[in-house]
Amino acid sequence: MSILEKPNKNVEARVVEGEIPIQSRYTYGLAGEKFFREIMDKARILGTRCVECDYTYVPPTIYCERCFAKLEEWVEVGPEGTVQSFTVLLVALGGSPLDEPEIMALIQLDGADSVLVHRLGDVDLDELAIGMRVKAVFKPKKQREGSILDIAHFAPVED
Amino acid sequence: MTSKIKEFPGVALRESDFAEKKILYTTWEPNARYAWDAGIAIGRYLAELKQGRIIGTRCHKCRRTVVPPRNFCEWCFRPMDEWVYLEDYGVVNTYSITYVKWNMVRVEQPILPAVIEIAGASKGMGIMHLLGEVEPDEVKIGMKVQAVWKPAKERVGAITDILYFKPVE
Amino acid sequence: MGLRKVAVVGAGMTKFVRRALETGKELAYEAAKMALDSCELTLDDVDGVALGTAPEAFDGVHMKGEYLSDGAGAWRKPFMRCYVGGGTGVFTPIQGWYHVASGLFDVCLVVCEEKMSSCQPHPQGAFLTIFDHSTERPLEPNLLWIFALEMNRYMHMHGLQKKDIALVSVKNKRNAADHPCAMLGDPNITVEDVLNSEVLAWPVQRLDVSPISDGAVALVLASENVAKRITDKPVWIKGVGWSLDSAYWTNRDLYYPKYVEYAARMAYEMAGIREPRKEIHIVEPYDPFDYKELHHLEGLLLADKGDAPRLTAEGVTARTGNMPVCPSGGLLGVGNPIAAAGLMKVAEIFWQLRGEAGKRQVPGKPITGLAQAWGDLMQVGTVVILGIGG
Repeated sequence: MSILEKPNKNVEARVVEGEIPIQSRYTYGLAGEKFFREIMDKARILGTRCVECDYTYVPPTIYCERCFAKLEEWVEVGPEGTVQSFTVLLVALGGSPLDEPEIMALIQLDGADSVLVHRLGDVDLDELAIGMRVKAVFKPKKQREGSILDIAHFAPVED
Repeated sequence: MTSKIKEFPGVALRESDFAEKKILYTTWEPNARYAWDAGIAIGRYLAELKQGRIIGTRCHKCRRTVVPPRNFCEWCFRPMDEWVYLEDYGVVNTYSITYVKWNMVRVEQPILPAVIEIAGASKGMGIMHLLGEVEPDEVKIGMKVQAVWKPAKERVGAITDILYFKPVE
Repeated sequence: MGLRKVAVVGAGMTKFVRRALETGKELAYEAAKMALDSCELTLDDVDGVALGTAPEAFDGVHMKGEYLSDGAGAWRKPFMRCYVGGGTGVFTPIQGWYHVASGLFDVCLVVCEEKMSSCQPHPQGAFLTIFDHSTERPLEPNLLWIFALEMNRYMHMHGLQKKDIALVSVKNKRNAADHPCAMLGDPNITVEDVLNSEVLAWPVQRLDVSPISDGAVALVLASENVAKRITDKPVWIKGVGWSLDSAYWTNRDLYYPKYVEYAARMAYEMAGIREPRKEIHIVEPYDPFDYKELHHLEGLLLADKGDAPRLTAEGVTARTGNMPVCPSGGLLGVGNPIAAAGLMKVAEIFWQLRGEAGKRQVPGKPITGLAQAWGDLMQVGTVVILGIGG
């Protein structure tokens, strides 16, 4: 017997099936708690600002990753912003085709330095362009539950 | 330094803070399902269990017979030399009387996991399994125990083809 | 060996709690920021970051090291994450040590974080997967089983009683009453409380076990030239050691942790320690379960095999004893956010040697201390020896 031995008739190739039986429950943390509550209650998007580095984080953080200062200045950003990049999705997570293409975009909100990942909606594929102006479309207040999906999507701003 | 810090960071939550939605949170199911290859050595081990036999491997250099079998000797770092059929009995090396399942759910009737040194393998070569047909307070380290197999038709080539080990004279 | 001297110059930690509001990043940041502030360094002074954290499944974040990195001060810096199960918390400063000892970095930030509360319904779902998937997991083991099997073997080989071992839990939970970050400090706990607590997996009972926790700890390591510039109380890393035994845990006699002995011998040799029982003044061995403290004291050669319970009973290991053991309160008292718990032990030795441990300060001005952690499948020993002077 050696490590080169191939499975033979005595050694059926065999798999043992199983799973890692866990679920995850994430708190939003000190910064996230305030960020998501503001979206849920007031349909406003907040960031935190490092004055020293002249940088505004969205989603907000309690610290500046550049200089490690504790961030205590909260600023409202958006709800309008600019598309920095986008992709058109034609297949779902499991690999099956999507009925309607889904558009994911990197959106730099007005007043923010970092970018937010979110969906675009109400948009013609022909109109899609980097640099296009978009605006957050919030779900009705009753449907909001403190989630990034409380922003239904971003939609093009009419000129 | 610890004596200088008045208040350390860290906000403790209660389980009720989640239930009562006092804080916001999100959940996720990773859906992490796997098909693990048993491999060459354990593949044979499982196949032999289906036949109602326990098999190990032997290294001629360090003269150890090991179980569970591996196809290389982790001491000598060379391929194992032969397969060796072992007995289906052995000795309790250590055991526990447990009242918790893997997910911390409590059970009334205790589960009796043990490390059982398998006869025919080198001294100290144990496998983890369960004890049965024994009162918890009668289990002793050093006790001789024998495998109780599932009926041949029900065996699938898994460690659970042995239901448990029971005391024997 | 051509290695540079390395000092611990700063430390910080969060409270250890059952469920933290903070995200893992935020916990890491709080500890790291406190450590830097404590030695008046800024992120610009940090050349690289060593991070330790346990399996992804606890926090529920894949590439957890990368996720945590900005909170650990690693933005655009050399960054490295390591993991050896429960041994991680003492392994991570070893990673930091060789970054500095090698001459690569002058200042290395060492951060350990764990947020186990994310794992639902219970972290045991993640622990289940450390068992072999073909030969063990179908038996549906609970991690407590493996500890119970080891504890029973240890008791059997030395003829020990549960009450001999419960003394460790009592000592550590009482010590933790003086720790401002502790979860389970209790100045009034008794042996009877431990012996009367729920039997989970005999011989393991509820109060023999450390809790599931969230928290973070950080250290700042510096080369000799930097250390001497920024502090008049450098605490030197005198020796490090680590060793890993076979993953075939059922093929070993669990009554004695040989791998801890190998790790300790490596560290003693580096530190020039010939008589550890005389030269080590204060010890923080890994105590996720009360018997583990005893098991590890023996593996560290600080007690004869089977004799650690006697030392405990005679008060030798009390905070005011001849060889204080877990003066912090240990994992049993302070809590067990896995990687962070190990690093807490190194931080405790740092604070004790500097005389900065507040109410927990041991008498007698110790000059050499040892922190040890343990983990994986009853398998890994990690050791750091710290000292002042020399």
